[in-house]
Amino acid sequence: MSATTATLPAMGRLPLRLVLWGAVLVLALIPLLNQLPESSALHVGDFIVTVTGKWITYAILALAIDLAWGYTGILSLGHGAFFALGGYAMGMHLMRLIGPRGAYGHPVLPDFMVFLGYPSLPWYWLGFDMFPYAFFMALFIPGLLALIVGYLAFRSRITGVYLSILTQALTYALMLAFFRNDMGFGGNNGFTDFKELLGMALNTPLARAVLFYASLVALVGSYWVCQRISVSKLGRVLVAIRDAESRVRFLGYSTTQVKLFVFVLSAVLAGLAGALYVPQVGIINPGEFSPGNSIEAVIWVAVGGRGTLIGAVVGAFSVNALKTWLTTAAPDLWLFALGGLFVAVTLFLPKGLVGLFRKAEK
Amino acid sequence: MKRLIFGFALALLLAAGSAAPARAQDAFTAALPGLAGGFGQIAEAVEKLGTSADPRALPLLQALQEGRLLKREDGTLLIQTDAGTTEALTGRAAEPGDAEAVRVNNRVRGALRGALGSLQILSTNPEERLKAAEDVFRSRSAQNIAPLEAALARETVPAIRTQLELSLAASRLASPDNAVRLQGINALAEVTDQNARALLLETKAQVPELARQIDAAVAKIEGRLKVRQMVETFFQGLSLGSVLLLAALGLAVTFGVMGVINMAHGEMVMLGAYATYMVQEALHGTFLEPAALPLAIPAAFLLAAAVGAVLERGLIRYLYGRPLETLLMTFGVGMILQQAVRLIFGAQNREVTSPAWMQGTLTLGGLSLTANRVWIIVFGLLVLGLVVAAIRYTRFGLEMRAVVQNRRIAATMGIRTGRVDALTFAFGSGIAGMAGVALSQIDNVSPNLGTGYIIDSFMVVVFGGVGSLAGTLVGALTLGVLNKVMEPYAGAVLAKVVVLVGIMLFIQRRPRGMFALKGRAAEA
Repeated sequence: MSATTATLPAMGRLPLRLVLWGAVLVLALIPLLNQLPESSALHVGDFIVTVTGKWITYAILALAIDLAWGYTGILSLGHGAFFALGGYAMGMHLMRLIGPRGAYGHPVLPDFMVFLGYPSLPWYWLGFDMFPYAFFMALFIPGLLALIVGYLAFRSRITGVYLSILTQALTYALMLAFFRNDMGFGGNNGFTDFKELLGMALNTPLARAVLFYASLVALVGSYWVCQRISVSKLGRVLVAIRDAESRVRFLGYSTTQVKLFVFVLSAVLAGLAGALYVPQVGIINPGEFSPGNSIEAVIWVAVGGRGTLIGAVVGAFSVNALKTWLTTAAPDLWLFALGGLFVAVTLFLPKGLVGLFRKAEK
Repeated sequence: MKRLIFGFALALLLAAGSAAPARAQDAFTAALPGLAGGFGQIAEAVEKLGTSADPRALPLLQALQEGRLLKREDGTLLIQTDAGTTEALTGRAAEPGDAEAVRVNNRVRGALRGALGSLQILSTNPEERLKAAEDVFRSRSAQNIAPLEAALARETVPAIRTQLELSLAASRLASPDNAVRLQGINALAEVTDQNARALLLETKAQVPELARQIDAAVAKIEGRLKVRQMVETFFQGLSLGSVLLLAALGLAVTFGVMGVINMAHGEMVMLGAYATYMVQEALHGTFLEPAALPLAIPAAFLLAAAVGAVLERGLIRYLYGRPLETLLMTFGVGMILQQAVRLIFGAQNREVTSPAWMQGTLTLGGLSLTANRVWIIVFGLLVLGLVVAAIRYTRFGLEMRAVVQNRRIAATMGIRTGRVDALTFAFGSGIAGMAGVALSQIDNVSPNLGTGYIIDSFMVVVFGGVGSLAGTLVGALTLGVLNKVMEPYAGAVLAKVVVLVGIMLFIQRRPRGMFALKGRAAEA
């Protein structure tokens, strides 16, 4: 329905590959520069490390959205929900690790449960004290939800804006649900006051660096997976589905299965991003489910250039850099800028920043 | 026949009028000295005065209640008013001197309430009579039976009669005689009232031998209360449904008819609410002030429609045929509108006052309905009628339908399709603005007023069937009632979640909504 020319990523070109690895290297230097003495000209503050680490997880989320929207034409306005679910799973692990150090000093129950008078841990909290299990759940729960929703939606051929509205309603419903105290997820306040992860105290340079590198590795890994998919035969089917789903179906492909696979993979990546995000920012609350967050993530992809993997990453970094700068420099203007980005990108830059560079190259 | 009854009533009244004072004079004079005694004596005297139908008893007891009844050393009672001090017995003017106020305790207060009630029941002011009847219900003592019966015999106002009967039944329950109590129980069983139920249960504890009859009466009351509650829930559902209807009608035009997905629709609603606020402020202090709300309706329509027309001509038309881009772009426009309003009017809520005729509650056969909710239901249906009429009977509606069905042929017939697009979008936005007028009455007028309704409105349109106004009506009312019916069981938030999930499952069965378009139009 949209652009008819399939924009396959030009991964084979050497300069782009070089630029990519260069960018990864520069990012990898950040925690090291943080270790330099503060007098050094190259010293990088703690804030930069945390913020960049956060942006890296956003970039993973943007990749996930790009895979579904840019390649397959599934515009999900509920990816924030998968991100938040991954975050909540990791948050549950971090809450369990607080142990008796909480304000109420209960050996097992997190503070909010003591406060709300829980006699014991709800069954769905069991096992979250083990990192492998919690990490698995951070990927599994978003994937499972995507499987159910995707199966129901794709089976009855809900496409286009209907799917967008449906996924938006999904994240809205989840937000309302997570705001409830009796869900057992901390209600309004969510989870915060984390102490440690994998034996590291969280507010130390070591923990920051480890989380940063973990996020970077996850980003490179996700990029690699998406890139392999995009150049494979499957990747071509995805683009074909985006541009003419009926024709692909008539050619004998089961578009439902293909879309379901992409949607679930995308949700798992979003969950991974959320799981890495929470220990770095130190808080997760139901606000993460708000539909505005999901649609903001979509605009990162649109700004960077959908249908190109590098575009998603560039978009996530550039929009969030703009946000971080503008919300401190001129808070009133940020929403105008964001709204303006939505309008400008859809009207004037359908291929995003990457498209702009490509044009300049020629 | 009528004349006969009238004559009889007149005779009765005259008899009561001439006979009562002679007897009552004695009761009043006899009871008066008790007020100068201890608390027990005062309470007894108050009760006696309450059953005397003496005209002097009411001001006396009111004076006692308000601490204006004074007592001299020698026991003479004085009533103090703004006009001066008089002797209670003779009515002659007197000097207060060193007289002290007569003090009351809780027992006296209780007696006073009942006595004042039974005296005021005979008042000529209907409002006072109603209030008195309610007071007697609360104080309930067997002594009130006789005055209540007398009052009931001459009462003609239906609402007061109902209250009097309730109070009489309640007083009968306090009687020591079981036969009289039973009379009271049977009378209460016919009343649909929480208080009556509570009263019966209280009596059951005191008089166990009547438990069986009381249980039967309570069951009767509860049955009727349940029916009333169901009706009330249904009404609340309709009210919520009409709010959804108002918010979704504009979408049914822009999304349903034009296929343009406008995420800034909620902001159009918000603009309508702010237009209401501006009209109210502009007319504040002028003679038009009471008409501010009706005048706000066209103002809101025009403001939202103008913004809509600009949006369509300036931005949306370049994205026709690209629904996902339209969605993102209009979302951005919504953010800009929200932030602009926030900067102009501030982030805090703005106060929009309801006109007097929209305040208070309407009582309809024992049901009490909030007036503004009733008005919103009426308004929602009016707007729906307006939209249907505009689409069906106007030249603009005809052109709109023509463009939707076949744009090219419509163009060859001389219809300026671009103009029709702009007008249609402006029309849909204007309806959203009118919804804003209604929402300003029940919700906070704040920059993010619209965001709360946008998802629900889309759900209504999708659920009802895209492109069908009948579907929008049925969809909105169904979702409203479903939400309210589930609320007591699941809580407001969970009800919403359940409804959302329910719609997702419903779309499985009928992907095109309840009222699906059939034939060629469905492919558009």
